Amino acid sequence: VPRFGHGSRVPGWDEAVDLEKPPAPVPDPTTTPVPDELRIAIEEAMAKYPDRRSAVMPALHAAQQVHGWCSPEAFEQVAAVMQVTPAYLISVATFYDMYKMRPQPVNDVFVCTNISCSLLGADEFLEEMKAAAGDGAYVRSSECLGACDIAPMASVNGEYVGPLEQGDAEKIMEDLRAGRPVLEDKQLRYRRCADPGVAEGAEEWSPPPAQKARADTAGLGEGDTVDRPGGTAAIEVPREQADEDDQ
Amino acid sequence: MKILFDGIDEPGLGTLEVYERRGGYQPLRKALGSSTEEILNQISESEIRGRGGAGFQMGKKASFLPHGHMEKYLVCNADESEPGTFKDRELMQKNPHLLIEGIVISAYATEISSAFIYIRGEYAHQADILEAAVAEARDAGYVGERILDSDFSLTLVVHRGAGAYICGEETGLLDSLEGKRGSPRLKPPFPAIEGLYHGPTLINNVETLCAVPHIIRMGGEEYAKIGTEGSTGTKLVSVSGDVQRPGNYEVDLGIPSRQLIYDLAGGPPDGREVKFWFPGGSSAPVLTADDLDVPYDFDSLSKAGSMLGSGAIIVVDDSHSVLEVAMKVAKFYAHESCGKCAPCREGTNWTVKMLERIQSGEATPMDLDIMASVQEQIIGNCLCVLGDAMAMPIGSMVEKFRDELEAEIEAARERAEAAPLEGVIPLGVADEHAGPMPVH
Repeated sequence: VPRFGHGSRVPGWDEAVDLEKPPAPVPDPTTTPVPDELRIAIEEAMAKYPDRRSAVMPALHAAQQVHGWCSPEAFEQVAAVMQVTPAYLISVATFYDMYKMRPQPVNDVFVCTNISCSLLGADEFLEEMKAAAGDGAYVRSSECLGACDIAPMASVNGEYVGPLEQGDAEKIMEDLRAGRPVLEDKQLRYRRCADPGVAEGAEEWSPPPAQKARADTAGLGEGDTVDRPGGTAAIEVPREQADEDDQ
Repeated sequence: MKILFDGIDEPGLGTLEVYERRGGYQPLRKALGSSTEEILNQISESEIRGRGGAGFQMGKKASFLPHGHMEKYLVCNADESEPGTFKDRELMQKNPHLLIEGIVISAYATEISSAFIYIRGEYAHQADILEAAVAEARDAGYVGERILDSDFSLTLVVHRGAGAYICGEETGLLDSLEGKRGSPRLKPPFPAIEGLYHGPTLINNVETLCAVPHIIRMGGEEYAKIGTEGSTGTKLVSVSGDVQRPGNYEVDLGIPSRQLIYDLAGGPPDGREVKFWFPGGSSAPVLTADDLDVPYDFDSLSKAGSMLGSGAIIVVDDSHSVLEVAMKVAKFYAHESCGKCAPCREGTNWTVKMLERIQSGEATPMDLDIMASVQEQIIGNCLCVLGDAMAMPIGSMVEKFRDELEAEIEAARERAEAAPLEGVIPLGVADEHAGPMPVH
C-alpha cells in the first residue's frame, strides 16, 4: 500500500496546512488584488443566479483559466469577490474532477477508459499517450466522456477526438507542439449522425449548401469561421480531399 | 420514424435561421396561444416517460408542482455521464434550439419563470453552442421578458458542471447548482415540492424536453400512438462497445433489441458473438445473447430483469472476460460515489477489492457469495441510486456468469502459485550478509 506523509494513505492531507493558524476568514475585497478580467467574469456569473453562491463553479472555472490551476491565490481572489471563505471554495473544488488542485502542464489530454473505450483498447492507448507526452501535457484517464461512438477517444484541451489508433498519441503531441487543431480528421464535431434514416431525410430538406457542410454553426453567420482555428473541412472528408475540392 | 433526429445533419441547423425555416418555434407560438392547463394536458396525454433513466412520466411529474405564481424553477439535466450514453450530446450540439424551445414550452405549462440547463463540464463545445443559441433566441424574443409579446417571461441560464457523475442525480444536481458539493439529498420532499433554492422544481432530461415541441406540434394523443402502450414515442439509443457501427439511433420504442444491435449498429465484429450487453447504460443489469429478442421498451426490459435506463446499449463480445468489465464498472462507481452514505461508499470499494482478489488469485468461490451479498445490502439503503447502479450490474454478472468467474478464480490461483513470490528467500538458504532483524 503506498503511504504518504505521516503514514497516511491519503496524499496531500497534511500539505500546505498550518494547524496552528486560525481558519482563513473572508478576504477583504479592498486589500485583495484581483485581475480585472477575473473580477468581471465572477461578477457577471453572480448576477445570473438568485443566490450568489451558485456562481462558485463558474467562478472557479474562470479562476482556473486565469491562473492555470486552483492555486491558493486563485481561491483567495474568488473568495474576495464572492465574499465566501476560501475553505468553502476548496470544499467545492475538491469534489469535482475538472478543478486542478496542483499545477499541471498547459495542455490537457483526458483519455476515456470507461467500459466502451476500454473494450476497444483505451487502456493501451493511455499508456502510449503517457509515454508520448512526457512533461508536454497533463495526461490522465477519465471516466466516460460521453462519446462512445468514437471509442477509444480522448478529450484534448476540450476537443473530442477518436477513434484513436496506435500512433495517434504521437500525432496529438505533434499537433499540440505546432499549435494546430488536434487530429482534425478525427474530431467529433465533424461527425455525421450514424442513423441511416437521418441521411435519407436530410436530402429532402436541405437546400444546396452554400458552403461546406458543417454541423456546428450555432450562432454563426455565413462565412464566420471564428469558432475554431484552421481550415474548414467537410464532414467525414479527409483533409487532403477537402483541399482538392476547394481548388 | 424520425422525430428528434429529423434533419439533424442539416448544415446550420444550430442557427435560428435554419431552425425557423424548418418550422421551429411554431409549437411555441401555438403553446402561448393556449392555456397552461391545455399544454400540460397535451404533455400528460402523450404519456412520455422521462428519458434520463428513471422513466417517470413527465406529465405526472409536472402536475405535482404547486400551481400559481411563485419562485418555481425548471432545470434541464444535461449532465449526461452515464457510461455508454451520448444521445444528449448529439442533440445539443446539432439542434440546440429544439432544447430551448422545449424548455420554454415546459416552463410555460408549469408557470415557471426561471430555468437552468446544467450541462456537464466536459461538454465545453456543446455548452458554447447552447450559450450562443440562447443569446440568439433571446435577441429574437423567444427567451426573456414578455416572450412573443405574451405575459410570459423566462430567464434561461446555461450552467457548466465540473466532472462529477453524481451531479446527474437530480438532488445532487440541485446541490451542485446551488454552489455546493454535489451530494444527494434525502427524499422526500421531492424536488417537485422542494428543490432548487427550496422552491418547487421540475427536472427533466434533455431528450424529454426536446420531445415537448414535437408533442405540441403533433398533439399529445397523436404522439402516444408511436411506440407501445406504456412506452410511447421514439427513443434515441446510443449503441457502443463491440459493434461495427456505434452511434445514436432513433427508434420507435418496442422494436426488437436484435434489430437495434445487428441491423442498425452492425452487430459485433466478424467472427464474434454477443456475450452480454447492458441495455440501459452501465447501471442496468446485464442481459445475455438469449435476451436479444426482448422488445426495446421500458416494460419489456424490466420484465426481462433489467431496465431501459438512459437508453444506452453497450455490447460486449466473446473476446472479453466478464471480470474485466465488472472491474471497470465497479471502479467507476467507487470513484464516483460521493461518500455520503456508508453502504455505497464502502460497498463500492469492497467490491473493487474483491474483484482484485480474483485477479490476483487470492479469492475462493465463497467470495462470489460474499460479493453478491454486498450488492444486496447496498440496494435500497442509500439516499440515491448510485450504489444500486453498481450493485445491479455486478449482481447480475455474478449470477449469470458464475461458472466463468469460478474458472477465473481457479486459473488466477494456479497462476499465482506457479509464480515465485518476490522478495522471499527460500527456506534453508541462509543469507550471510543479512544482519539481525531490524527493529522499528
